[in-house]
Amino acid sequence: MAAHGATATQHKEPMSNGMLGFILFIASEVMFFGGLFAAYFIARADSPQWPPTDVLEQMKVAGTAAQSAELKLEVALPLIATCILVLSSFTVQWAVMQIQKGNRTGLVWGLFISIALGLTFLTMQLYDYSQLPFSSGDTVWATAFYTLTGFHGAHVAGGAIFMSVCLVRAMGGQFSAEHHEAVEAASFYWHFVDVVWIALFTTLYIVG
Amino acid sequence: MASIAVPKQGGYSRPLILEWITTVDHKKLGILYLYTSLFFFAVGGVLALLVRTQLAVADNNFVDNHVYNQIFTMHASAMLFLFIIPIWAGFGNYLVPLQIGALDMAFPRINALSFWLFPPAGLIMFAGFLVKDGAAQAGWTAYSPLAKTLGTGMDLWIIAVAILGISSTIGAANFLVTMFRMRAPGMTMFRMPIFCWTMLVTSVLQLLATPVLASALAMLFIDRNFGGNFFDPNGGGNAVLWQNVFWFYSHPAVYIMILPGMGIISEILPVFSRKPLFGYKAFIFATMGIGGLGFSVWAHHMFTTGAVLKPWFGFMTGLIGVPTGVKMFNWLGTLWRGQISFEAPMLFALGFVSMFLIGGINGAFAAAVPVDFAIHDTYFVVAHIHYVLFGGSVFAVFGGLYYWFPKIWGRKLNERLGQLHFALMFIGFNLTFFPMHLLGLDGMPRRIATYNDFNNWQALNMLSTGGAFLISLSMIPFIAAVVMAFMRPKDQPNDPWEANTLEWATTSPPPVHNFDEIPEIHSERPLFDLRHGTHSGH
Repeated sequence: MAAHGATATQHKEPMSNGMLGFILFIASEVMFFGGLFAAYFIARADSPQWPPTDVLEQMKVAGTAAQSAELKLEVALPLIATCILVLSSFTVQWAVMQIQKGNRTGLVWGLFISIALGLTFLTMQLYDYSQLPFSSGDTVWATAFYTLTGFHGAHVAGGAIFMSVCLVRAMGGQFSAEHHEAVEAASFYWHFVDVVWIALFTTLYIVG
Repeated sequence: MASIAVPKQGGYSRPLILEWITTVDHKKLGILYLYTSLFFFAVGGVLALLVRTQLAVADNNFVDNHVYNQIFTMHASAMLFLFIIPIWAGFGNYLVPLQIGALDMAFPRINALSFWLFPPAGLIMFAGFLVKDGAAQAGWTAYSPLAKTLGTGMDLWIIAVAILGISSTIGAANFLVTMFRMRAPGMTMFRMPIFCWTMLVTSVLQLLATPVLASALAMLFIDRNFGGNFFDPNGGGNAVLWQNVFWFYSHPAVYIMILPGMGIISEILPVFSRKPLFGYKAFIFATMGIGGLGFSVWAHHMFTTGAVLKPWFGFMTGLIGVPTGVKMFNWLGTLWRGQISFEAPMLFALGFVSMFLIGGINGAFAAAVPVDFAIHDTYFVVAHIHYVLFGGSVFAVFGGLYYWFPKIWGRKLNERLGQLHFALMFIGFNLTFFPMHLLGLDGMPRRIATYNDFNNWQALNMLSTGGAFLISLSMIPFIAAVVMAFMRPKDQPNDPWEANTLEWATTSPPPVHNFDEIPEIHSERPLFDLRHGTHSGH
């Protein structure tokens, strides 16, 4: 199967071992989120109401949920955060295109902006968490919400660290038009994190 | 005198401990995997003997419920997560690069990381015995909400299994890239040895299924420690959800535990039948078929929940018997009119073929929905899993050890002791697990600490316990053979068995760089071609 890929794109360098390994790693990450999404949809299909406000009322009566708890999400702030994260996918791709042309200054700026956008997204997510009217124990819906967005947030942080390592290396004079594999890997990871968020945003905020 | 950087003959010497701790050589890591997983095999075996001692007689109080739950849980967890799965990584690490003519794995340092995650994870899991309320007690399946209510040992179990999952996921990516990219010239995909192919499909399963287990473990950890409600119906959660996500991993995982064993015996059977493997490509496609179908049968563990589509999962489980049956014909066709010789590796391989056949057939029984309702959670299921994973995988492990011992350690294990080992283990195995079929059909539930002497259950259980001690007795000739081998000098030629695959082209044991010279590869049997000066095409 590797051989077929090589004949189809003979003008390009074959993908390196490192890149292939990294793509396989991303495939495993896809399955990890797949498991969490599956859990969300199974719980959703299994509940007469979604969000399960009926369960929350029972938990309030039983004293296992706070009386003030509400299963409600505000869409405005997360929508802005979504736009920021999507934008950062474009900026990191721009950074890759710059180093492909040998422009290391462009790479540094592209990475810097992408990291800044990523951190802005994380800050907005944490602020959003602090404002939400429910905690992780308030029904399976709330647990799934925090688990899915929390693991995604951890991956955003991981991607930002990956890009920061690339940034430091770029500022130290590393990477060239020929050698910039780590940057490409970081960009792949960042796009993956972005796509997961789009799926999450659609699932949690739009489909509900 | 001016010094010039010339590599010293034989490499630079370092303290032996430091050398083994820092090594990135796939052969050394493979050996470390083998040693560590055999250590946990011994530990899991001792736990099994404790289980059998408790069950030897009715109404026994050798251990109480609380301890019994810990030992059967830790027996299964050690055997599955700390022995079978990692020992394939051990064989794979040692053999895959040699069999495809590579210098090492694609990512040697990630390979070392994969290994070094494994022993600490084992220690974390067993640290459960030191905490209040003891080790994990929910079975290796950790069903929720039971698993939510248990003590700290359960958290240690979750953390250990998650770390092992990371180890095998990155290991799987490493194997895949190695096989896709590091093959010697002439070693096309369809000339790779069968063992490599089974490791390839196993790696795909590990890469795609293990992360799903990680997600399930994360959810369980959140439920236990952060007030989560994934599996708690009181919070709108769903207890069957755990079973779905767990078995989505754990059914492919049983193929992770058996496929490399099938690969090993598919290396052994042709060599000791003096014939090529019958239907090489059919075997590969059957392996892929098992891997693919393996993702569509998980809910056959959950028929009695009533929450799954029984006809679909029953049908798919029947379907997976087809590629498995193909392999049975591959093996029988290989033996057919071969010049069979019964050296120890061959005995274990034949043990695999016959015992796995029983395990496959009683598995097909269990997959039939109405039968499953009768035998669910009885000793029939325990019999089934042991016929597959002991009669299958463990026999393959020992077959592989006897077969590759000359290559890995440069010495041969004593043939007589090997035959004695096989005879004791084969008899002990059947004494232990065959009576469990009868107990299961008679309705004896598994995972209970004691029982009444109903319908002569005690006699069958006593038989089973005797068999278990016979199995442990069979380890004595094995250990004696290993000790005797290590007392002898390394005297093995490159290819003591007149085998087919590339690892036998180099010295025994191989040099650090694996090959001084790689022979030309024209077929899936390069060593046969080398001996006979012909090539059989493909």
